[in-house]
Amino acid sequence: MSRSRARQIRPLFTLYLPVMPFVLFALFPLYFMLITSFKKNAELYDPSSIPFLIQRGVTFGHYQLLSNETLFWSWFVNSLIVSVAATVISVVIGILAAYPLARMRFLGGDSFGMAIFITYLVPPSLLFLPLSTVVNRLGLSDSLWSLVVTYPTFLVPFCTWLLMGYFRTVPKEIEECAMLDGCGRLQTLLRILLPVAVPGVICAALFAFTLSWNEFLYALVFVSPAELKTMTVGVFSELIRGDIYYWGGLMAGACIGSLPIVVAYVFFLDYYVSGLTAGAVK
Amino acid sequence: MRLETLNEGAAKTAVRGETPTRWLSRALASDTSAAYAFVAPAFFLLLFLVAYPFVLSLWFSLSDARVGETGSFVGLDNFRRLLGSSIFIQTLQNSMVFTAAALGLKTVLGMALALLLFRVARFKRLIRGAVLLPFIVPTALSTLVWWWMFEPMYSVVNWTLKGLHIVNHDIPWLPDPYLAMCTVVLVNTWRGLPFFAITLLAGLVSIPRELYEAAESDGAGPVGRFWHVTLPLLQPVLAVVILFSAIFTLADFNIVYVLTKGGPMNMTHLFATYSFALGLQSGQVGQGAAVSLFLFPILLAVVFVQLRLVRQSTTL
Repeated sequence: MSRSRARQIRPLFTLYLPVMPFVLFALFPLYFMLITSFKKNAELYDPSSIPFLIQRGVTFGHYQLLSNETLFWSWFVNSLIVSVAATVISVVIGILAAYPLARMRFLGGDSFGMAIFITYLVPPSLLFLPLSTVVNRLGLSDSLWSLVVTYPTFLVPFCTWLLMGYFRTVPKEIEECAMLDGCGRLQTLLRILLPVAVPGVICAALFAFTLSWNEFLYALVFVSPAELKTMTVGVFSELIRGDIYYWGGLMAGACIGSLPIVVAYVFFLDYYVSGLTAGAVK
Repeated sequence: MRLETLNEGAAKTAVRGETPTRWLSRALASDTSAAYAFVAPAFFLLLFLVAYPFVLSLWFSLSDARVGETGSFVGLDNFRRLLGSSIFIQTLQNSMVFTAAALGLKTVLGMALALLLFRVARFKRLIRGAVLLPFIVPTALSTLVWWWMFEPMYSVVNWTLKGLHIVNHDIPWLPDPYLAMCTVVLVNTWRGLPFFAITLLAGLVSIPRELYEAAESDGAGPVGRFWHVTLPLLQPVLAVVILFSAIFTLADFNIVYVLTKGGPMNMTHLFATYSFALGLQSGQVGQGAAVSLFLFPILLAVVFVQLRLVRQSTTL
């Protein structure tokens, strides 16, 4: 009896107690973001009040300020437009490229696979200077198109790489049967491979959307008019004026800016986990 | 040979015309041309928006280009000037300290967290979900809350430390050069830890249980099993994760730009932020491009090692 109880209690100390600091470390900043955005200024800037709690009532003032006196909702819509467009483009291009790379042998195929892999590892901060020149020459600077066009440079390699893995898991026989029945390559892709690879496509789309929504450097460099900024850049650069920080407003902006991603994340946790590990383990 | 006959069959049915994609099917009838047609959009994207900018970047770094001007060839002048500049040497040093510290922390803590998560049975989804969250939230926005947490006057960190009587005055986290570096490393660790933990966890799951049972029957304790079973079998995953993260830690822009903009006194500048400051803020595109190109050799080294690892694992 006492032994079985010891067996029940032991994980509490050796497992759940050590996990707690990690969970707190991960969640505390996000919790702090949330409560700061609901706190009245009087409490926010009072060194004697306890910063972890809201004691003097909840306020929506920071959100109202954001809504009424900044271009916040324009930034939100801009982010949405850019992320959806870049995601659709990248997933389509990724599907098309992943199929031959996973399944066909053609001259230059291996080299192209290698090029995709290297591009997958190129950080945006390596190419932002020349890309801004390219965007300029294309006449796209200071428009959302500049982002729709450049985001696929890091999204397509990711989608292609991920989908190649999924396509490889489909048995070749199914595909050959389809082709015997008279399907062309495109039909085989659309009717046979794609339905099987739906989880992969969802995963690619989720990650592409998340990466686009979170992107900061290109959005900061390529687009300067305030009304065309995306969420991440708008909150950062338009809400900070000189030395005056509206911390409540900033945190409110950060909360709403993170919300779409967090919602998607709660619904599709497993896809996020598999997408995250795909690059390293597969 | 067999494929060709297959495709002839495909072409014939396509000609009979059952679908609106008839012309495409015919065009794609031959295997190779189909492959090229499918790959073409990705190929041109990479050609015009990755390869061409890269060549442009090389040209910039060898020229005195400024914003809006193509500039003229100056040879290795930019690199020579950079290596003679104390700010660049500082940036180089910062990059090494930042990357080494953040990678070390993420590897050790990530490993510990992965080992713990592996054994978690109750609230498994909840705990994993919570731990992964910092990686998903927009970095530029989550860094803002870290800034607020280390704000000089109202820092919650200082409030807690004073409340616990660990210190009796406000610690100047961001104005102090060394503490600013610590803060930047901390935030990078916070953001990158989930990637390490979740990926290493996936590696742990794939280790066959029998090996542990065998080790246990040979008398190996928990520590022995970790050193002789877990670590050797996890090595390929560990290597890939560290290398992958090395590139993106070294190339970090968001965290440093939001928290310190490279200051105080350039003590937290990394290649990306310094290249941004030079190339865009003071308009010296040539110098800026030269700075960002310092990321490239490290990128190549990582690609090289990673490919060798992939080959090793496929030949085994």
